[in-house]
Amino acid sequence: MSAIVRHYGLPFSEPMAFGLSSALTFAFLPFIKISGQPLVSYRMPPRTILRGLQKPLRFSMRTETFRRPEDGMARLDQLLDAGQVVGLQASVFWLPFMPPDFRFHFNAHNLLAFGRDEASGDYLLSDPVLEEPVRCASADLAKARFARGLLAPKGLLYYPAHAPQEPAWEQAIPAAIKKTTRNMLRTPLPFIGVRGINRVARAFERLPAAANPQATKLYIGHLIRMQEEIGTGGGGFRFMYAAFLEEAATRMARPALAELAAQLVEIGDLWREFALATARMIRDRDPLDPAHLATLLRAQAAREKTFFTSLEKAVRRS
Amino acid sequence: MDTTDVPQEGSATYGGHLKAMYARNPDGRLVLVQSRGWEVEETVTRQAVLAFEELAAAALERVRAGQSAPLEVHMYRARMDVSVLAQASGLWRWQVRRHLRPAVFARLSKALRARYAQVLGIEPDQLDVID
Repeated sequence: MSAIVRHYGLPFSEPMAFGLSSALTFAFLPFIKISGQPLVSYRMPPRTILRGLQKPLRFSMRTETFRRPEDGMARLDQLLDAGQVVGLQASVFWLPFMPPDFRFHFNAHNLLAFGRDEASGDYLLSDPVLEEPVRCASADLAKARFARGLLAPKGLLYYPAHAPQEPAWEQAIPAAIKKTTRNMLRTPLPFIGVRGINRVARAFERLPAAANPQATKLYIGHLIRMQEEIGTGGGGFRFMYAAFLEEAATRMARPALAELAAQLVEIGDLWREFALATARMIRDRDPLDPAHLATLLRAQAAREKTFFTSLEKAVRRS
Repeated sequence: MDTTDVPQEGSATYGGHLKAMYARNPDGRLVLVQSRGWEVEETVTRQAVLAFEELAAAALERVRAGQSAPLEVHMYRARMDVSVLAQASGLWRWQVRRHLRPAVFARLSKALRARYAQVLGIEPDQLDVID
C-alpha cells in the first residue's frame, strides 16, 4: 500500500499507512470458515486499508473487477504500459513464487505489479510476504487473480486516479487514532475489538481438549497462524502500530504517543509469548490446556483495554 | 521485542525467504529487521500443512480399498476440502460429495472432468492417477 504512495514521490512508511487507515483491530468471526477454521483477523482487510487512506491523502483509488480473465489481464497490461503501479488481489495458492508451505487457499492476498519483462512476458511483482521483487508468468497470475471461492478476487486491481498529496498530519493522525480506539473499545458487535479477544478466550475454554486433542490443536494453531504468519511485523500487527505511534509522536511533537508506543511493544511481546505457549502445547512439550491459554487471552484483552483507553485520552487532550 | 531478540531460527517453511519484523533497537526506536524464521510460526504452519497431508493419506487408503474416488486424494493434495472445491468449481457441495463416490466418479462427463482438472491445476487424464 505505502509503496503505491511512495511511487508518487511522497515519503510514506508502511506503519504510517497502517496507522492512518486505522487498520489495527481484532476480529473473531466464527461463522466465516476458512478450511473449517474460524476467521480471525488482527487487522482490517486490505480494501478497507485502501479506502481509509483516501481521505487523509486526498486522492481517490480506482478499483476494477472483471468477469473475464482476458479482460482483467489486458487492463493490467494497459495500466502497466501507462507507467502505473497496480495493486492486485490474488489467491496465495496459485502464486508459484510463494514458499510451498505458505500456499493455502486464501483469496484475499494483495500484491503490487510494477512492470513486465518484455522478453518473457513475465510480470514483475512486489509481494508483502517476501522481501525481494519476484516475477510471475502471465498464465499463473491470471489463475491466481481469478481463483473462485470465498472472498474471490474477481481480478480486482486498484490504482490511484490522481497523485496523493501530503496529508494534514495534525488532523489526520488524531482522527485515525480515534477511529482505532473506538473500534477496539466500543463496537456494538461482541466479536470485534477487546470483546472479541474475550470471546476467543471463551471459545478456547469450550474446546474438547480431552476428547479430541487433534482438533483442539488445529484450532489453537490456526489462531497463531493468523497472528504470526500473515503479513509483516508479528505480534498480530501490534509492533507495526507501535511504529506508527512512534512516527506520529515525532511528526506531531507529542512525546506521550512515544510512551504509549513502548507500552504497545510490551503488549506485542506478550502476544508472542502467548504464541510460544500455544506452540509448546501443539508440540506436546507442555500438557494441552486451552483453559490456561484462555487466561492468557483474557489478560491480553484487559491490557489492550487499558492501553486503548489511555491512547484515547492522549489524543483527546489536544 | 528488541532487535537482538528477532528470531533467526531458519524456518524450513520460509523456503529460504526472509520476513521483515518491527523490533526495538538499542535507542528504543522501532526499526525493521529481517527474520529468518521463528520456531513457533514454523510449528503452526507445518501443522496446517500436515493436516492436509494426513487427510490425503487417509483418502489414498480409502481409494485403494475402493471406498472413495481418486478425486478425494487430489482435492486434499491441492489443500482443498469439499466446500473449497465446490466453491472453486462452481458446483454444489452435495454434487462434489457425490462425485467422490467411485461409481459416480467413473461415469463423470468429460466436461466435469475438465472442470475439476482446471480447478485442481492438473491435466484431465491425471485425475485417475493417484501415485
